[in-house]
Amino acid sequence: MAKFAKKKDGDLPAVSTASLPDIVFMLLFFFMTVTTMKDSSLLVENTLPNASEIKKLEKKDRVIYIYVGKPTQEYQKVFGTEPKIQLNDKFASVDEVGSYILAERAKKPQELQNVLTTALKVDKDANMGLIADIKQQLREVNALKVNYTTYEGNAFNNLQ
Amino acid sequence: MPRRKGAPEVNAGSMADIAFLLLIFFLVTTTIETDAGLDRMLPPMEPPEEDVVIKQKNIFTVNINKNGQLLVEDELMDLKGLRSAAMAFLENGADGSCNYCGGRKDPASSDNPSKAIISLKNDRETKYSTYITVQNELVGAYNDLRNREAQKLFGRDFTEMESEYLNPETPSNVRDDLKDKVKRVQDMFPQKLSEAETSTN
Repeated sequence: MAKFAKKKDGDLPAVSTASLPDIVFMLLFFFMTVTTMKDSSLLVENTLPNASEIKKLEKKDRVIYIYVGKPTQEYQKVFGTEPKIQLNDKFASVDEVGSYILAERAKKPQELQNVLTTALKVDKDANMGLIADIKQQLREVNALKVNYTTYEGNAFNNLQ
Repeated sequence: MPRRKGAPEVNAGSMADIAFLLLIFFLVTTTIETDAGLDRMLPPMEPPEEDVVIKQKNIFTVNINKNGQLLVEDELMDLKGLRSAAMAFLENGADGSCNYCGGRKDPASSDNPSKAIISLKNDRETKYSTYITVQNELVGAYNDLRNREAQKLFGRDFTEMESEYLNPETPSNVRDDLKDKVKRVQDMFPQKLSEAETSTN
């Protein structure tokens, strides 16, 4: 009985699954390339404050990001520990914010240029003086819609 | 003896499983995260044509100093009491034209919600986290009032209706319906939060 029954002629041959790995790898590479967010690497510390009355920022293509915070450990030797502004991949001074916004706005398609939001990702330990300067710059280039990006949570946790 | 067959074939049957495992791992770990935060509008650069005279009693002043202390209507206040104080101010309704307000109708406070303005000032050395907490409480005061009215009128929260309205995945017929409702509640308590330039001293 240790003999397997021989396949009869005329049976349907098994579907070859040899190419299945290739298909799945193709899928894998597709997802790996599509879902990785090309976020500029952070040069500043960025612990956002908490807030509860938040709104989601839909549609990433309509958002311009500005990061503020004190430089991370490795940059502290060069740039000190005072909070700085990061635009794209480099540190910037306050006067550069306006031109950065204009340059970013010019890159977007025409129909989106009027609906852009500026997301301010500011470290919770930053001072309002710097934020006020940024806001003044934003007003000068008429980028009036801002979003103070926060984590969701109890706002009173910020005070500790 | 010469070999009949070539080198024995490596069994690649489990390759698909390994690849699936990898695929699922990447699907789970890479999230397309959406940021969230407090939406605000900055005042435009050019000042309005004519000077608008606003009565002092229609302005609710909130000052934050560099130590994170609050001065609300010239009195020191704890952050925890800010939301209820702002709500009491907004729905005060001194001139009686606001029939949905539950305020005390104090003649020394705001006339009606459409005239009530909250003015927020902060020092240059105020910490950002304190500022966000204050902003959160003030927006929260508006949201609480709007939620209350939306519950009365439509039996659901305003914030929920607004996020459904703003969600691009909501079908357009639902959104058209929501648009009027959202607008109506917004007009009951229009958000008037002015931010003056920060004081330097």
